[in-house]
Amino acid sequence: MQPYSSFGLLKHALTFHENWQRAWRNPVPKKHYDVVIVGGGGHGLATAYYLAKVHGITNVAVLEKGYLGGGNTARNTTIVRSNYLWDEAAHLYEHSMKLWEGLSQELNFNVMFSQRGVLNLGHTLQDMRDIQRRVNANRLNGIDGEVLDAKQVQELVPILDCSQQTRFPVMGASWQPRAGVARHDAVAWGFARAADALGVDLIQQCEVIDIETEDGAATGVMTKQHGRITAGRIGCVVAGNSSVLANMVGLRLPLESHPLQAMVSEPIKPILDTVVMSNHVHGYISQSDKGDLVIGAGIDGYVGYGQRGSYHTIEHTVQAILELFPIFSRVRMNRQWGGIVDTCPDACPIISATPVENLFFNCGWGTGGFKATPGSGHVFAATLAKGEAHPLAKPFSLDRFDTGALIDEHGAAGVAH
Amino acid sequence: MLYIHCPYCEEHRSEEEFHYKGQAHIARPDDPDNCTDVEWADFIYRRDNPRGEHKEQWYHTVGCRKFFNAIRDTQSYEIKTTYKVGEQPDMAAGIVTGQQGSNAS
Ligand SMILES: Cc1cc2nc3c(=O)[nH]c(=O)nc-3n(C[C@H](O)[C@H](O)[C@H](O)COP(=O)(O)OP(=O)(O)OC[C@H]3O[C@@H](n4cnc5c(N)ncnc54)[C@H](O)[C@@H]3O)c2cc1C
Ligand SMILES: [Zn+2]
Repeated sequence: MQPYSSFGLLKHALTFHENWQRAWRNPVPKKHYDVVIVGGGGHGLATAYYLAKVHGITNVAVLEKGYLGGGNTARNTTIVRSNYLWDEAAHLYEHSMKLWEGLSQELNFNVMFSQRGVLNLGHTLQDMRDIQRRVNANRLNGIDGEVLDAKQVQELVPILDCSQQTRFPVMGASWQPRAGVARHDAVAWGFARAADALGVDLIQQCEVIDIETEDGAATGVMTKQHGRITAGRIGCVVAGNSSVLANMVGLRLPLESHPLQAMVSEPIKPILDTVVMSNHVHGYISQSDKGDLVIGAGIDGYVGYGQRGSYHTIEHTVQAILELFPIFSRVRMNRQWGGIVDTCPDACPIISATPVENLFFNCGWGTGGFKATPGSGHVFAATLAKGEAHPLAKPFSLDRFDTGALIDEHGAAGVAH
Repeated sequence: MLYIHCPYCEEHRSEEEFHYKGQAHIARPDDPDNCTDVEWADFIYRRDNPRGEHKEQWYHTVGCRKFFNAIRDTQSYEIKTTYKVGEQPDMAAGIVTGQQGSNAS
């Protein structure tokens, strides 16, 4: 692999950028792998990368039914933060945050991680109490956070309507300065290129249609395009399609798949240099480096696999954004889309072995897993390599729904993000 | 936007009048004090979540305020039929017949 550098950029300029090496190979799948990862989103690709990099397991394939990163990875609103309430979740997301901070260097790929800070607005007394509680919990866990009053929020975001004229006036916010955004598809591409360089086979257009078992242990997968591929261990990282995969071995997961929509405006000049989220009026917004306003909606209530939702859902989102930012009332929207998110009853992921030996799931990230991409891959790789849960993954096992040890992050997960 | 037929109001109304209420026909354990944790978790948390035909509950929130069932394709979002609580859907006829006492909600 040719490393990317400014020198390389200059060199390739001389040949009009026509001789760049392909970012990854396009191999024909082998008959057998030590580990097969199903799902070529950010989490699956990160898992493959850390398997090869940290655990030296390189006989690995990532099977993706569409194209790499074409699922939720390239459909999300790219917010990265780690200010979750409970220790288990806070540690997991903060583990990820630390990996984000060195990720572009590590992958030799600019993932455009921009620590521009995230504001979670409070509009009621109860909001502010919850914010105080969460920020205090964060600080005890070594995670940066501050409670701001309305005046401080106004100073950070002059275009935000912090007046008393709104239906739900802004009373303050939690502020995580190290939080921010990253370029989502660059994250998929960066992990893909780095994994490929370590010998991982990335197989696109390869849909898994069955998981094969023998005596209660998974032995391989059946694919639509390339037939049977056997594997020592299988990791399913298919987000909204997790129940479909689980169903192949007769497993029922505590998940529901919902459409989650987002939209971007036409590009405008820089006007918003941080991320603003509000649980109460229910919207979240940032501005991409290209200039478009990136706006996320809430989930559609019904179970849906169609990667599209209902119009009134995005209409309500726009209303919320305008309540916060009347200045955007005449900005035109450019594109709108949906992803399928796998929501879990406690708004926390499942990173777990299953009753089927050698079959593991990493799912349930729902509306907020982009921020966890490197950390999720890192702990899931360790789980797959050793056959037992990484300490950070342990609380997120499937059996928590039987024991009752749920990790209720509905407060910190709040709006979809 | 879904256009949903409420079997009580006997009218198609827009989705905004309704709330989705999850998978239908999940029976509560007969003896909740003596069922296992796994049985309880099956009831509370685990769902079929199919890609395809789904029997589900809807609530006509700003209409008649009644719960009813629907069969909807979760891939195409097409609603095959809706039927009252306590009824069985008659898919072939495209209508719903009343079979009291079977499979409440
Ligand atoms: C609109 C929207 C906004 C969001 N905003 C945020 C945000 O701001 N911050 C945040 O942290 N998170 C956000 N999220 C959530 C985040 O996008 C996801 O949690 C995360 O990207 C999940 O990554 P993944 O790799 O697990 O899944 P995906 O990227 O969906 O990858 C799963 C892959 O599996 C493949 N697959 C499925 N079935 C099969 C099969 N049978 N065989 C082979 N391959 C298969 C799919 O094609 C897909 O590429 C948002 C999500 C959406 C939809
Ligand atoms: Zn009605």
